[in-house]
Amino acid sequence: MNAPARTATRAAGTRTPLVDGIEKVTGRARFTADLAGDAAVARILRSPVAHGVIRRIDTTAAEALPGVLAVVTGADCAHPFGVLPIAMNEYPMARDRVRYRGEPVAAVAAVDAATAARALKAIELQIDPLPAYFTATEARAPDAVLLHDDKPGNVEREVHHVFGDPDAGLAEADLVRTATFTCAEINHAQMEPHAAVAEWVPGREELIFHSVTQVPFYTHKHLARCLEMDPAKIRLVKPFVGGGFGSRTETLNFEIIAGLLARRTGGRVALVLSREETLISHRGRPETEVTLALGMRADGRLTACKAEVVMRGGAYAGYGIVTILYAGALLHGLYDLPNIRYDGYRVYANLPPCGAMRGHGTVDVRHAFETLVDRMAHELDLDPFTVRRANLLEAPLFTPNGLMVNSYGLPDCLDRVEAASGWKERRGKLGPGRGLGMACSHYVSGAAKPVHWTGEPHAVVALRLDFDGAVTALTGAPEIGQGSSTMVAISVADTLGIDVGRVRVVCGDSATVPKDNGAYSSRITFMVGNAAIGAARNLRTELAQAAAAKLEADPADIDCAGEVFSVRGSAQSQLTWAEVVAAALAVDGPITVKGSFTTPEKAQGGGHRGGAVGSTMGFSYAAQVVEATVDVDLGRITVDRVWVALDCGFAINPLAVEGQIEGSVWMGMGQALMEETRYAEGLPLHASLLEYRVPTIADSPPIEVHIVESVDPLGPFGAKEAGEGALSGFPPALAAAVADAIGLDMDALPLSPDRVLEALVAKRRAAQRAKRREDA
Amino acid sequence: MTRILRLTLNGRARADAVADNLLLIDYLRDAARLTSVKQGCDGGECGACLVLVDGSPRPACITLAAQCEGAKVETLEGLSGPGGALSPLQRAFHERLGAQCGFCTPGMVVSATALLRKTKRPDEGAIRAALEGNLCRCTGYVKIIDAVQTAAAEMAADQTAEAAG
Repeated sequence: MNAPARTATRAAGTRTPLVDGIEKVTGRARFTADLAGDAAVARILRSPVAHGVIRRIDTTAAEALPGVLAVVTGADCAHPFGVLPIAMNEYPMARDRVRYRGEPVAAVAAVDAATAARALKAIELQIDPLPAYFTATEARAPDAVLLHDDKPGNVEREVHHVFGDPDAGLAEADLVRTATFTCAEINHAQMEPHAAVAEWVPGREELIFHSVTQVPFYTHKHLARCLEMDPAKIRLVKPFVGGGFGSRTETLNFEIIAGLLARRTGGRVALVLSREETLISHRGRPETEVTLALGMRADGRLTACKAEVVMRGGAYAGYGIVTILYAGALLHGLYDLPNIRYDGYRVYANLPPCGAMRGHGTVDVRHAFETLVDRMAHELDLDPFTVRRANLLEAPLFTPNGLMVNSYGLPDCLDRVEAASGWKERRGKLGPGRGLGMACSHYVSGAAKPVHWTGEPHAVVALRLDFDGAVTALTGAPEIGQGSSTMVAISVADTLGIDVGRVRVVCGDSATVPKDNGAYSSRITFMVGNAAIGAARNLRTELAQAAAAKLEADPADIDCAGEVFSVRGSAQSQLTWAEVVAAALAVDGPITVKGSFTTPEKAQGGGHRGGAVGSTMGFSYAAQVVEATVDVDLGRITVDRVWVALDCGFAINPLAVEGQIEGSVWMGMGQALMEETRYAEGLPLHASLLEYRVPTIADSPPIEVHIVESVDPLGPFGAKEAGEGALSGFPPALAAAVADAIGLDMDALPLSPDRVLEALVAKRRAAQRAKRREDA
Repeated sequence: MTRILRLTLNGRARADAVADNLLLIDYLRDAARLTSVKQGCDGGECGACLVLVDGSPRPACITLAAQCEGAKVETLEGLSGPGGALSPLQRAFHERLGAQCGFCTPGMVVSATALLRKTKRPDEGAIRAALEGNLCRCTGYVKIIDAVQTAAAEMAADQTAEAAG
């Protein structure tokens, strides 16, 4: 599909404020917790031990308390749930065994918060502790107790993929380097804590369920499964959602618990988690150790890569299998690198479960890769840009692991940030303690095979047109702040030739919208955008027929622009939008059409086991330059400025694309500089926003965004994703800037002041030892 | 103990029976139904619940309702102009994409309103200093700074025009 030329009358490509933005700036936006009203207050009782066998739960005293409406425990739900049909091993409340500190074991609903708190205290809980493991190494020890009986060695999944001949590749190299990088576990820390408001409708035995979810369809399915209900008796509503970043891209235990409590009380229940509980619900990026070997020729050409990745995944499966597969799959697709060996291990530990987080599976591996490339470039006295340019792909192509690459804007990205940052003129001339670093990254535009494979299209959008002349777009795509509803409105408006304001987008209510898989893997613009265009074309066909009948012309000759229908080549024959709508409705009443999108077979990845993960219709590509200052006395790094270019195919809404790129670069900065979860014997030490530090406005640099448009042949208007691809480039670009500034190579993330000082001391000591040896 | 709390909320006088230990955030959300006041953390960490008490930004989640006896309290709902017209800050946050998910936005706009009432044309450093207590996880703050600067410029231009007129 060709990108539209940017003109005043085209909606696609025009900077467009969010269609649901007015509600957000006036306070009219209602988020889940805002809907609680007079609902009963629900609270969760959580395990005080990290690993143990539940000997006894007695809820008698709690149930007898005045004002307590319902108490539920693990005994009330015998169905495991989990995002992957092949790895469902988690219960909404623990049964028999607890596997992490903070795991739900019971829950109450009461008339008010104080009563609910008293009821939790009245529940008698007896747990016999088991040995607990807080690192991947401890969990993998030969004598370790298994967290899950069917997973020997506490390894949830190991992956071994070899493409090309990595050994031969390394042998051909002029320089081979190996390094091990340790990246801390991090959390999404989306601003809105988790919440669900569930209402049981007695008599009809129906459940009306509001939640903060990014995946209403999955939550709908899992509620039906765990509550043993006909899905038709559940209405799933997604109100305004305060950010996701992957934190709610799978159904979470609190959602099932809210459903169970609502049914037990026979009424409305609000379960609003605290920030601490939201952090414990976790599903963040796992602590990851990457051991990487790279081979490079003297001219910068990469010859081979061997990567071993160990992820500490927490107590349950979640998205873990996908995470460990992504980590290997996306070693491919950025550079021309035919020889890659990947060994991945996803390990269980007695900690809150990890999951999908922005840049799912790829961020820590990309950090290791780009950082090692930067060091080797330095060793070979090559410019980091030169090394990247020596390894570019030429689209279209399929990677050795079967990933389809149809568009590739990385060369332009490199040119743009190199020029904008003044790289050639400024690098090495910034003065002491200041440096420039760069790195590249990429990400998928939607997984070509969804985790719940049903055979249905990947996305469906329906459009309604009625007497009022408004076009209502019905989509299940969850708007969570990323601008998906605005993207749908623009796509529809542009295709029909009408104002964006004429399109009303309804999203996220299962009573009215078509099913959608959800807001994850950056799938919405590519898949839902294409479906929206398809639906709008179908509507345009009906309108063109009506207009053609009135204008006595061929429908194929009818154009609509600026809400005026005309016959191509004729200046006189024109009809207004209202006239054509009236004519079209006169044929058969109000119009409903739909459009759908299905990923082509060839985009669905290689035939090897796990080959579907990483497969996509199009990759976004990004390059960025980071300028940083290092205070060697305090170990404090200041990010002064960032220049980033991202190839999003085509910017349907350049305003939102910029916002996504800025936000993702910034989130990469948080991970690179300061973010880290910490536990003491399984107890979270980061359970607030003071202890889990995210960058404030004072810590945050100007970010200069350059949009590169490679126009993907399959993307809607040529578009690809924009919200994830730039994230993983930030940490290595910062590490490179630090190396450039003070000559210090860091192997651990985050580059927090304590780690920087530790590395500086270690470096100084090593230098002293070397000098002593020399003197002796 | 319960007391009668009298205050001016978004320009209207109110009297409510409140418990001595009732937090301002619960009073505003539950009694006054002003749900723009958001609970984003477990107390005083994120700035999503900021409201203006006699013109100064205060975290409603660590303020007692009783402390606002006789005070003028303003929330985001009260910052729109006559007839519900968007204030320059509200419009700029909307048009410049200062709000993505919108959860931190009420606190952000409240903080920025307090800033612009005191400082007509704040430089970037002053904006960063004023909003340091407001966390946002979506925007990287780039467009928030842009929105505040845009609103400040517009308000200054309006005043110049008024003075000239």
